[in-house]
Amino acid sequence: MLGRGASGVFWMSRYLERAENTARLIDVGFHLALTRGNRQSQDEEWKSVLTTTGMLEDYCSKHSDFGGSQVFNYLLRDRDNPGSVLAMVENARTNARVVRTSITNAVWETTNEGWMHLRDLLARPVRETNLGEVLREIRRIGTLVRGALEGTMLRNEVFNFSRIGTFIERADNTARILDVKYYVLLPSAAWVGSSLDNVQWDTLLRSVAGNRAYSWLNAGSMDPRGIARFLILDGQFPRSLVFSYEKIRSNMAGLAKEYGHEVPAHQLLRDAGDKLNQTAIEEIFEGGLHEFLQDFIGKTIEIGSAIAADYRFSE
Amino acid sequence: MSAESGTNFDEMLNADGTVRPAYAEYRQWFDNQDKGWLRRQDAEAERFFRRIGITFNVYGDDAAEERLIPFDMIPRIITAREWRKLTRGIEQRVRALNAFLQDLYHRQEIIRSGRLPIEALRNNEAFLSQMIGFTPPGGVYTHVVGIDLVRTGPDDFMVLEDNARTPSGVSYMLENRETMMAMFPELFTKIPVRPVSDYPRRLARSLRACAPPAYKGGKRPVVAVLTPGIFNSAYFEHAFLADQMGAELVEGNDLRVVDGRVCMRTTTGYKAIDVIYRRVDDDYLDPLSFNPNSQLGVAGIFDVYRSGGVTIANAPGTGIADDKAIYSYMPEIVEFYTGEKPILQNVPTWRCSEADSLGYVLDNLADLVVKEVHGSGGYGMLIGPTSSKKEIADFEQKLRAKPSNYIAQPTLSLSTCPIFTKEGLAPRHLDLRPFVLVSPDGIDITPGGLTRVALKKGSLVVNSSQGGGTKDSWVLDE
Repeated sequence: MLGRGASGVFWMSRYLERAENTARLIDVGFHLALTRGNRQSQDEEWKSVLTTTGMLEDYCSKHSDFGGSQVFNYLLRDRDNPGSVLAMVENARTNARVVRTSITNAVWETTNEGWMHLRDLLARPVRETNLGEVLREIRRIGTLVRGALEGTMLRNEVFNFSRIGTFIERADNTARILDVKYYVLLPSAAWVGSSLDNVQWDTLLRSVAGNRAYSWLNAGSMDPRGIARFLILDGQFPRSLVFSYEKIRSNMAGLAKEYGHEVPAHQLLRDAGDKLNQTAIEEIFEGGLHEFLQDFIGKTIEIGSAIAADYRFSE
Repeated sequence: MSAESGTNFDEMLNADGTVRPAYAEYRQWFDNQDKGWLRRQDAEAERFFRRIGITFNVYGDDAAEERLIPFDMIPRIITAREWRKLTRGIEQRVRALNAFLQDLYHRQEIIRSGRLPIEALRNNEAFLSQMIGFTPPGGVYTHVVGIDLVRTGPDDFMVLEDNARTPSGVSYMLENRETMMAMFPELFTKIPVRPVSDYPRRLARSLRACAPPAYKGGKRPVVAVLTPGIFNSAYFEHAFLADQMGAELVEGNDLRVVDGRVCMRTTTGYKAIDVIYRRVDDDYLDPLSFNPNSQLGVAGIFDVYRSGGVTIANAPGTGIADDKAIYSYMPEIVEFYTGEKPILQNVPTWRCSEADSLGYVLDNLADLVVKEVHGSGGYGMLIGPTSSKKEIADFEQKLRAKPSNYIAQPTLSLSTCPIFTKEGLAPRHLDLRPFVLVSPDGIDITPGGLTRVALKKGSLVVNSSQGGGTKDSWVLDE
């Protein structure tokens, strides 16, 4: 396939994944704002959402306070915010148009219809009363497109590039969400399992749609180390770092099989994956959770760039 | 302009209001349908088009805007007998166009014989000196041609325009049929309509038959569709055709010249292309040979072409054959190369470059259609009968300033066909663009084409960029 085509499906999937993760962050931010009366802690929550999505600086250059509806409208539909959810779904759809000849009609139509529906929903400012509907629709687009890919695409290079895009983005997003909140998992003088901690841990899990899975696995009890292990090292949880890397590895193996040879990105990925698999949660805490996550985010970017270069995404 | 219904030929109805035989079965079916249901189907068709993304971008509009070409559900029906005559005429004309191009870029016999004045070539930007002395692979210049036909009477089809560069609209021919078959399947069991759906296969076969000398056999020749990209008004069609042909859809920045071949950048390296079905203009093909600012083309592609490394379809320089100044000579051109009288007539045309003609045109501006020689898409033209005194006066200034830039034609009494409106059937003017494939194996005309229809009452402008719509075009089986 064309290098530009590989880039198209890769980015189409990345943008959809990012849009979905942003929607989930907004959901959690909004949820917290409802449960906490304190204006200052509400602001802190929205600030951390903006930090996670990398938009805090841009937001602060345009607004002076963190009113909830102002923040989520900025994140969802602000015309001047190139990272808004609407812009991301538009980017995903533009990339789908570019690669229309590589994807099935089902994948194109779900992406196109999803974009049309979201564009209509976001034509006017979102109010608190319809925020839930909008966020559901964003998650639904991601779900439907993944389903269409799964159900109709040949298991070939196109499929593999799409999945690699999804999981590079997911690994990056989970690591960023964790990094912005890592301090809530650190042992501190106040750490006695207070109710405030419980809320913060639950928030963190919700941000990656892992709250129910976690409590199911741990029979309802929460501890920070267990949560970190779950989000980083659990091989069953589909948004963990280990799970995402395992998926990238398997789809990269698919490419090597189809093309008959490996590229430098394979070795890079293998080294990073091996290191991750051999790491115990105790080591991560000893070396510093923040340092570990920063290192991981850097490595993921490096792998993404290597894939783009090795498979000639651009000239 | 005011072509009152009743004064012109109607495709469906005789002058006395009875239904013509071609439409008898269709009309009987139509009269038996619940009109509310038809209206719902009409709305459904629009949703269908939007969902699958058959849209076009209008130049000069907000870049983000993608519009639909309105689809009308009443088919345009052509009888087997009418189609037989049309195909004979089209084939003759397309054969002449290719012979004409071969001659123009070689010995120029037609000019030596005095049948075409040298002025028609001089200073004509559509004539590419880079093509002189070169014969494209298989001797084919116009791999794909769209002939625009209008009708003024039962047996009077005329050629309004030859599209020999990169004619578009074939995806609408195909999708309109798909839509009709999805909306009204029972119609196709009652009425013997000839299929059009194998056009992409025929196109692929036709293009592969024109492989360049560098193609050494073995695997099938590699075909790619070259598009300017997703912001081009016909991007949907480019993607659609590439998809249906199983060809790669490439942009200029995917291509580069490697070892004397034009190659595309794949995930595993550069891979040679044998035939490029290009949907970019000549000017943008090669920044080294043509427009140096072009971002759309491929540096050096023209040298590869001339040395037999790639086939470009349509060949560069074919635009000279559909130039409006050349158009007026088409009857002579057909006769010169085929030795036969033209089967299809031209619309009478005055060349404003000639003093006598200019005088006549200036005296009769209010009754004529005046077109720019190099214009297309219905832009830059004057339709005398529907223009105000001021518009005519303004146009006259432009015409006097540069007469050779214009031709003029009478306002024809174009045929009408009913469209489906909220108030019922209403006659509107239309034309027909059949699509013609040329390869060394012969000339292949798909039975049907693109019918464009004016949606405004009385309007004669059918271009989609000017608010026209389309219809499914049926050719009946024998």
